[in-house]
Amino acid sequence: MAEGSGASGAPWQVAIVGSGPSGFYAAEALFKSGLPVQISMLERLPVPYGLVRSGVAPDHAKLKQVIDVYSRIAEMPGFEYYGNIRVGNDVSVGELCEAYDAVILACGAEADKPLGIDGESLAGSHTATEFVGWYNGHPDFRDRVFDLSHERAVIIGQGNVAADVARILARSPQELAHTDIAEHALEVLRTSKVREIFVVGRRGPAQAKFTSKELKEFGELEECDASIDPAELALNEASAAEIAGAGNAGAKRIVEIFSGFAARPPGKARRRVVFTFQKSPARIEGDSRVRNIVLEHNVLSGAPMNQSARGTGKFMSLETGLVFRSIGYRGIAMPGVPFDPRSGTIPNLAGRVVAEGQSVPQIYVAGWIKRGPTGIIGTNRADSVATVASLVADLPKLSAAGGKSGFASLRSLLHGRGTRPVSFSDWKRIDAAEVARGANLGKPREKFTYVREMLALLA
Amino acid sequence: MTTVVTDNCQGCRFTDCVAVCPVECFHYDGEMLYIDPDVCIDCSACIPECPVQAIFEEDDLPDDKREWIEINATRSKGLPVCSEQMDPLPGAEERKSALGF
Ligand SMILES: Cc1cc2nc3c(=O)[nH]c(=O)nc-3n(C[C@H](O)[C@H](O)[C@H](O)COP(=O)(O)OP(=O)(O)OC[C@H]3O[C@@H](n4cnc5c(N)ncnc54)[C@H](O)[C@@H]3O)c2cc1C
Ligand code: SF4
Ligand code: SF4
Repeated sequence: MAEGSGASGAPWQVAIVGSGPSGFYAAEALFKSGLPVQISMLERLPVPYGLVRSGVAPDHAKLKQVIDVYSRIAEMPGFEYYGNIRVGNDVSVGELCEAYDAVILACGAEADKPLGIDGESLAGSHTATEFVGWYNGHPDFRDRVFDLSHERAVIIGQGNVAADVARILARSPQELAHTDIAEHALEVLRTSKVREIFVVGRRGPAQAKFTSKELKEFGELEECDASIDPAELALNEASAAEIAGAGNAGAKRIVEIFSGFAARPPGKARRRVVFTFQKSPARIEGDSRVRNIVLEHNVLSGAPMNQSARGTGKFMSLETGLVFRSIGYRGIAMPGVPFDPRSGTIPNLAGRVVAEGQSVPQIYVAGWIKRGPTGIIGTNRADSVATVASLVADLPKLSAAGGKSGFASLRSLLHGRGTRPVSFSDWKRIDAAEVARGANLGKPREKFTYVREMLALLA
Repeated sequence: MTTVVTDNCQGCRFTDCVAVCPVECFHYDGEMLYIDPDVCIDCSACIPECPVQAIFEEDDLPDDKREWIEINATRSKGLPVCSEQMDPLPGAEERKSALGF
């Protein structure tokens, strides 16, 4: 068993900012290190679990069982959860460095990448984040309005988030009624007039970023057919070589699934999802709101596994009232911490935050804010383990004097600023109330979608 | 639906899969790993990590490997959890090349 901090042998005080997967896996790795640690997890919302609560789709209930793992970590001795505290606002990173031996920023990548085209900000043009947050009951997006009165929606991007958006638009209300989708969203989706959903990829079918599981689901929807023009599945030589490679079984499977969709006779379902490839959005047109989107055809060039798309100067136009962009996320800069605006991440070496090649003492990063918005829930586990290995190696030189007092020294400061921390037992009350509300509706849970509702429950 | 480890894992046991499993549902013996279907949440994180493509979603299993569903379900139960990466078994690299990866 390694030593505690300073002469007293008191535990090392570590603050983790963010309660998504990477925050919880960092906590787990700290406990597994065998060091005596006291962890404060600080979360800007009253409620924990980051994108597992507010990103993962409501019809993917099994995935959310990962929450059981996180709540077991939260119940371990030496762990404290403090929700409703926005770091950089309610308390600064500098103040955390005073109170803690080390600070791990695990605050995700909450901003969207813009398309950078004309018409992007017209009414009816949205980010996937807004829509996902809205149907998942995230307080930031509670009052967004989506007009589903047009028959065609267009989604730009071919990754799993784009798939989620397309699938939620494609599902029948009955299919969603018994999930944990927010009731306000379900009400609007019940009135949806959307019949056709285009999912547009910049490159070809062999480069689509879906996982095979997400893609296969489009073949199994109650009221929606999956459709592809078979001509769009013709692969160039480099793409054929890509999917023949031993290490690229995933892409091969994706192309097989697309081929299966293309081979189906036209279905009679009420809705259809159309996958289309090698097109980039050129502009969105409309006066006060979206009327159509103009796409430019692309060609692919380059060596296998390294092909890029280039515009051909040939355009097509799709009439639509609803456009979603889903081309990736960016982190948001944290005041007082270095930030790389180009990648939207916090610069780091093996999880140690660096500025101009020098590591910044005490501050570490994990998850999407560290490596960008790639990888799925489990990817964050390996990533947080690596960050914590760096932190544990540094601890002895961080704080020879020891004696950091952790949350005890923040409490009065936060009180003075009018912030009410939400504890894990407070969250369990919110959780129980949500589950009870859900039971009345035949759902696993009905989330509270305003912070004030959550806090009122605890008053 | 579940996710299963198949015979390619035998004798190599690279544990890249374990490092990304969000729920610690891999179990191991001296030969290979097995997934506990009652714990696995079918997130697919492990599938692309495996250097010898030993892991499949149940639906994608080739016909001659379907027996592995049952083997994973029964073997995983009595064996210890593999929660962190371990050293590959001796000869793992040779086996990987022999499998054509
Ligand atoms: C729409 C969508 C669907 C997805 N679906 C799947 C899926 O089906 N399967 C899968 O495996 N993966 C899925 N993922 C990926 C997975 O959610 C991410 O890999 C993972 O959540 C990243 O973890 P994280 O902890 O880095 O960030 P997050 O989960 O985003 O957690 C960050 C946390 O930090 C908090 N925070 C932010 N700023 C502050 C601040 N200043 N102070 C305090 N707290 C702050 C946030 O509120 C949040 O709780 C999906 C992602 C998205 C966007
Ligand atoms: S990565 Fe593949 S070979 Fe290695 S232990 Fe996992 S399943 Fe077996
Ligand atoms: S599918 Fe996910 S939960 Fe299941 S074994 Fe693989 S990594 Fe673990």
